[in-house]
Amino acid sequence: MFEAIAFYLFAFLTISMFYITVTTSQALHALTALAAGMIFISAFFFILGADFLGAIQIIVYTGAVMALYAFGMMFFDSTRDVKEKQGNKFIVVGMATVAAVLVVAIFSAPILSDNIVALYPSVGAGNTQEVGMVLFTKYLIPFEVAAVMLLVAMVAGIVLAGKKMDLSLTLMNKEEILEMNEDKNKKVLS
Amino acid sequence: MEIGLNHYLVLSTILFAIGLVGVMRRKNLLLLFFATEILLNAVNIAFAAISHYYGDLTGQMFAFFVIAIAASELAVGLGLLIVWFKRHGTIDLDTMTSMRG
Repeated sequence: MFEAIAFYLFAFLTISMFYITVTTSQALHALTALAAGMIFISAFFFILGADFLGAIQIIVYTGAVMALYAFGMMFFDSTRDVKEKQGNKFIVVGMATVAAVLVVAIFSAPILSDNIVALYPSVGAGNTQEVGMVLFTKYLIPFEVAAVMLLVAMVAGIVLAGKKMDLSLTLMNKEEILEMNEDKNKKVLS
Repeated sequence: MEIGLNHYLVLSTILFAIGLVGVMRRKNLLLLFFATEILLNAVNIAFAAISHYYGDLTGQMFAFFVIAIAASELAVGLGLLIVWFKRHGTIDLDTMTSMRG
């Protein structure tokens, strides 16, 4: 009973938040709605008994990803309204096709899920402990590869975004900034 | 009223459709990234639900790896976006057609 109430409440909240994210013309509204939707999604993980995944969802998405987006938005002029695509016929046709396929997927999901028998795991340890046992035995190699991938992504992010970080626009006067911009415009590829 | 696997799969499909619509209609690259995050999260819900009802932790493992991939994709993507914005002053998708074809 409570599970049903929680499911429908959070389903409604998540769908409305993500709908706002997709449709709003303000980048800041989209960012905050996305952060709220991420937290509401973690509620599903808690309902499903995946406690560790829910905690990771909150920490990684609303902690790290949203902070990174917020810092990234400071580089862009995010206050102006976002222009949207106007009616492209190919896109309309493609969206209609995809929507039709998705409707088929929705109605065929019950057939698919009936074939999956509910085998509950032998409860001896908590979810976090079970996750640890599975992650460090069966999925050890993918875990290490994911760690290397995160390291590569970190290095790539520093190399890409860290250019000209030694120059501080607040400490330069107006002539220096203009001179720097002229230098930048001369170079086609920097 | 029992909440089964179907409920979660339908919810995941609805969220995936919302993200797909966002990917198709957004022109600003930053908001396009938001839509891809929605897509990844929709798939994560389906993974966690199947993991719960099937009694196997593999689904949760895949959800962890999806989160890791999303984080690294974001780091590299935002870095590229900042470089592009410094050079061109806009992150609209339509301005990125440098080749005529």
